[in-house]
Amino acid sequence: MNGARKVLIDPLVDNNPITLQMLGICSALAVTTSLLPALLMCLALTSVAALSGAAISALRHRIPNNIRIIVHMTIIASLVILVDQLLKAYAFETSKQLSVFVGLIITNCIVLGRAEAFAMKNGVVMSFLDGLGNGLGYSVILIAVATLRELFGAGTLLGYPVLDLVSNGGWYEANGLMLLPPSAFFIIGLLIWGIRTWRTQQVEKPDYQIHEVHRTEVY
Amino acid sequence: MEAYVSLFIQAAFVENLALAFFLGMCTFLAVSKRVETAIGLGVAVIAIQVITVPANYLIYTYLLADGALAWAGLANVDLSFLGLVSYIGVIAALVQILEMTLDKYFPKLYNALGIFLPLITVNCAILGGTLFMVERQYDFAESVVFGVGSGTGWAIALIALAGIREKLKYSDVPDGLQGLGIAFIIVGLMSLSFMGFSGI
Repeated sequence: MNGARKVLIDPLVDNNPITLQMLGICSALAVTTSLLPALLMCLALTSVAALSGAAISALRHRIPNNIRIIVHMTIIASLVILVDQLLKAYAFETSKQLSVFVGLIITNCIVLGRAEAFAMKNGVVMSFLDGLGNGLGYSVILIAVATLRELFGAGTLLGYPVLDLVSNGGWYEANGLMLLPPSAFFIIGLLIWGIRTWRTQQVEKPDYQIHEVHRTEVY
Repeated sequence: MEAYVSLFIQAAFVENLALAFFLGMCTFLAVSKRVETAIGLGVAVIAIQVITVPANYLIYTYLLADGALAWAGLANVDLSFLGLVSYIGVIAALVQILEMTLDKYFPKLYNALGIFLPLITVNCAILGGTLFMVERQYDFAESVVFGVGSGTGWAIALIALAGIREKLKYSDVPDGLQGLGIAFIIVGLMSLSFMGFSGI
């Protein structure tokens, strides 16, 4: 049971797909201007990642090696179509906001990357858990970014007012930058800084070592 | 004519796929360490984008859209739910064809692009371009212009970032920000400056 626990928990912080493995940022950030579409996106991606992991793992002995990418793409695309149709049926308004980004789960590197790196070598249950864990690791970052952006950009959470806006007679002046694309990059950059200060083993080695003497002179 | 120029500017700068819609971010960050490779990948992306967006336009209008099969006598058939599978199939096939053509006729360029060519299949900027084309209902000429514009914009952003990161190697970055962290901050600043184009 310990192994399953590790597979599930590890991608949350220690091996987070976004901040460490640099996967799946593509479709992630555009939906983070408010919390509700971000939550739906997390749900969609996590279910696709978990189910595709299980499906590919179940078929792994039958997939010919040289056409495996195409097979993976087909399995993932079918699952994404399912999710897309479900969203259109039950959450039409939000699915309009998500626009093309549900479709882009197909090319999300987390899903394909885990299929390639984990599901091809491990059993069905473990692959399901691995997909689930990586989906949750993605969700943690996405929800953190969406919470910050909606709270400071519009003063609301899930559409409910939290900070009283000046325009409504309150004290908080909404920060328009938070609703624009650049803020997502800054927030992710700072999140990475935070995580790597906490877990120092994740720090990358610089390509070019600045001489220690010069470094200490500054301080 | 004017409409096409403004569509090009909009696709390349104002609505830059990488900096305004975060598309192709994985490749964008992974390949932007050296200018030379960035240029190679940028050119490949433009080429693929110019071919796939119009190709997928034809597929969508004549096979998948609601009532598109009227020419075959099947006016009530709506296959638009098959869109995603078809687009990714078209993209994968075109990338494969381009790869084989380059290998045969331009081996030098083929060797320079190397591993990046097959990776373009999973570049969300390509699929994203197609999906935007369908959502915004461009016609054929517009989809060609949009393909050129969005590909060019992505390539410009990639090459610019690579240039900055080459210089950045020699600067003293705080330990936790090293590598990925500082890259994100820079992309954020670039994204801010690209927003300045929105007045055009």
